[in-house]
Amino acid sequence: MPSKSLTSIVESLLFVHDQPLSLDRLATLLEEHERGDIRLALDDLMEEYASAGRGIVLAQVAGGYQLRSRPENADYIRRLTKSRGVKFSQSALETLSIVAYRQPITRAEVEYLRGVDSGGVLKSLLEKKLLRILGKKDVPGKPLIYGTTREFLELFGLKDIASLPTLKEIQELAPPDPFADQPELPLDSVEP
Amino acid sequence: MPLESTQSNLFSDALEDAYRVHIEEFEGPLDLLLHLIKKNELDIYNIPIAAITRQYLEYMELLKELNLDIAGEFLVMAATLLQIKSRMLLPLTPEEEEAEVEDPRAELVRRLLEYQRYRDASFQLSSRNLLGREVFARKFDSPELADSAPKDEPADVELFELIEAFRRVLARVSVETFHDVVTDGISIADRISEVLSLLYGGKTISFDSLFYDGMTRDLLVVTFLSMLELCKMKLIRITQAESLGAIWLTSTSEADALDGEGIFAE
Repeated sequence: MPSKSLTSIVESLLFVHDQPLSLDRLATLLEEHERGDIRLALDDLMEEYASAGRGIVLAQVAGGYQLRSRPENADYIRRLTKSRGVKFSQSALETLSIVAYRQPITRAEVEYLRGVDSGGVLKSLLEKKLLRILGKKDVPGKPLIYGTTREFLELFGLKDIASLPTLKEIQELAPPDPFADQPELPLDSVEP
Repeated sequence: MPLESTQSNLFSDALEDAYRVHIEEFEGPLDLLLHLIKKNELDIYNIPIAAITRQYLEYMELLKELNLDIAGEFLVMAATLLQIKSRMLLPLTPEEEEAEVEDPRAELVRRLLEYQRYRDASFQLSSRNLLGREVFARKFDSPELADSAPKDEPADVELFELIEAFRRVLARVSVETFHDVVTDGISIADRISEVLSLLYGGKTISFDSLFYDGMTRDLLVVTFLSMLELCKMKLIRITQAESLGAIWLTSTSEADALDGEGIFAE
């Protein structure tokens, strides 16, 4: 059970910092406290914000914790900030999701999957810092390989890249697959 | 060809007219094909290739009528469709029949399904609560903070950002319009020693301070290359406090072990 003061210290730190704070970073800053207690304090705060129906939520994004406004209140905040927020073209979204799911990936691979030239959209996503160059692929021509950034996770409110819904889950929301009535192989049925 | 004639009756003129009224924008040939399949309620695993090819070509015809540029990808797909169509019309040779050749449409179907998956994923992505659109976080953009020297947790600079920074430096230098035969004659090795001596004793200097006004383009390039070379030799670290922030150079302990003069003198 973390002390009341620890929870309040953690809350203050989260309030002041303008980026997600990782547990590692918090543990370094609060060296006089146990890491486990800090984690509990974070859990407490998260629950407290969620259950009290407050205008702030504690979100887990990009490997850290960040205080964010409640999504339901977006309209009111936009009245204040007058910003329309980010708007993505379909081609940008397609490219982002292909890179997110398939990284590390080369431009040629993206273009094969999309069926269209994607040089321009990759460049603009690099400039927006949503994608980054991870290196070069060890094949003839040494093409650049792309991956997503921390900013991508922050923007889309993702804890990490693994917390993206799997492509299989997405497909289950889509119209049924005509092969779906095939008996499932018992590979996935292992209980956790 | 009985196959084709029944199919073209099936997808009658009603479709042709649909496009005259309403032109949609397609991300590419795969998007257009998926649209045609959905619109005609076709089974993606058993596409009537003749009908789909005809509609596809009609759409391209329409683009031409409207004087819109047709992207090369659309033409490539048209050729692919025609090729599949002709392969389906040709009877299989006995050897092919034995070898159980793959349906000529298989590759296209795989690509369509895969594309559809990522397209669905992209809709999913954009329906999330986006920072700055549905959810907001606190931020302060105080200029003093942005420009201050790196603090406790400097991040390594991405190559892309470094090149971007150098591009900005190059843009500051006007392009010389006359041919000047005077050469500075500074080699990368010389410049490396200079940069190292600036950093001697664990000092930190900013990226921009290496490029002072009045430098020739040659010297700019030599400086940038020396920086990359030093980084490769692990003698300096290039960091920034935050992305888009100022870029800083620091010497590593290995560099301090040398005595400023260094190993580069020939």
